[in-house]
Amino acid sequence: MLVSIYRHNPETDTKPVMQDIEVDIPAGKDLMVLDVLALAKEKDSTIAYRRSCREGVCGSDGMNINGSNGLACITPISEAVKPGGKLVLRPLPGLPVIRDLVVDMAIFYKQYEKIKPYLINNDPAPAIERLQSPQQREKLDGLYECILCACCSTNCPSFWWNPDKFIGPAGLLQAYRFLADSRDTATTERLAGLGDPFSVFRCRGIMNCVAVCPKGLNPTRAIGHIRNMLIPQCR
Amino acid sequence: MVGSDTNFSRSGSWDWIMQRISAVVLAAYTFCILGSFIIYPDMDYQQWYALFESRTMRVFSLISLGALCAHGWIGMWTVSTDYMTSLQFGKVATPVRWLFQAGCILLICVYLIWGIQILWGL
Repeated sequence: MLVSIYRHNPETDTKPVMQDIEVDIPAGKDLMVLDVLALAKEKDSTIAYRRSCREGVCGSDGMNINGSNGLACITPISEAVKPGGKLVLRPLPGLPVIRDLVVDMAIFYKQYEKIKPYLINNDPAPAIERLQSPQQREKLDGLYECILCACCSTNCPSFWWNPDKFIGPAGLLQAYRFLADSRDTATTERLAGLGDPFSVFRCRGIMNCVAVCPKGLNPTRAIGHIRNMLIPQCR
Repeated sequence: MVGSDTNFSRSGSWDWIMQRISAVVLAAYTFCILGSFIIYPDMDYQQWYALFESRTMRVFSLISLGALCAHGWIGMWTVSTDYMTSLQFGKVATPVRWLFQAGCILLICVYLIWGIQILWGL
């Protein structure tokens, strides 16, 4: 199989190039893209990419696979490439490239930090723990599973245009995760930080985030919930 | 750097609400005008003139004109802050964006004043 990999080292190269590498896929096997990358790295050990858990949990190997963002470790080549086609791997779009498929995610984490991704509760702590009913806990389903791989935010045009101001789908999914949590008491403060024209309202409902989320989550729906919470605040 | 200085309401929620309300007003006005053409398929100048002679139609037209201006400004402001950033224009992004926004404001003002003049025969 022919694999085309984005190669760029900003310290030495003037512009990026696509490097084609022929990789031998074992007959009858449907490898994951990460396995193909490992085979390519055997041929050229200078290829740089991130990976860790290799089972879709850590979110390290998010990349652009044949035009669509995804996790290399859980994307089978049969899904990414048409029979006889070429596997094209590029870094996550919209973020500065450190080297090859490794991107600088500082702005992504900065947006995540803005939403205060932790429970805020100034009530006196109970003796053991803050309890939730099964119904209250259920509200967090589809929100807490985010692994912050950045596949959604880096596939969002609004995030490409204003990465320093628009929180992005991943950050907003997490923002709603804490807004929806019955144990959190900082709803007013959280909403006050999201009401400007950029943080939430740059979402155009394009739904690229939903299309590429490797965990099958729906950030657009969460953003809609945040918007519904923000509108009554207008007075 | 892109900011909210020239934003319509400085609030994402207000802009969002205003954009939807103005869209509903404009849709209602469009249906009203199209409905007039359906009811009077052979409408001549005198009937058209009479239609806009009524105070109700004038007020409705004025509200729609205001809605169009608000809708247009929010939309153009959003487009300019999406596409005219330092990513596309580098260091001159802010002057380019402000120039574009000033042009939009000028056009909207001309359109509004001209519309009022036409509607009220000033």
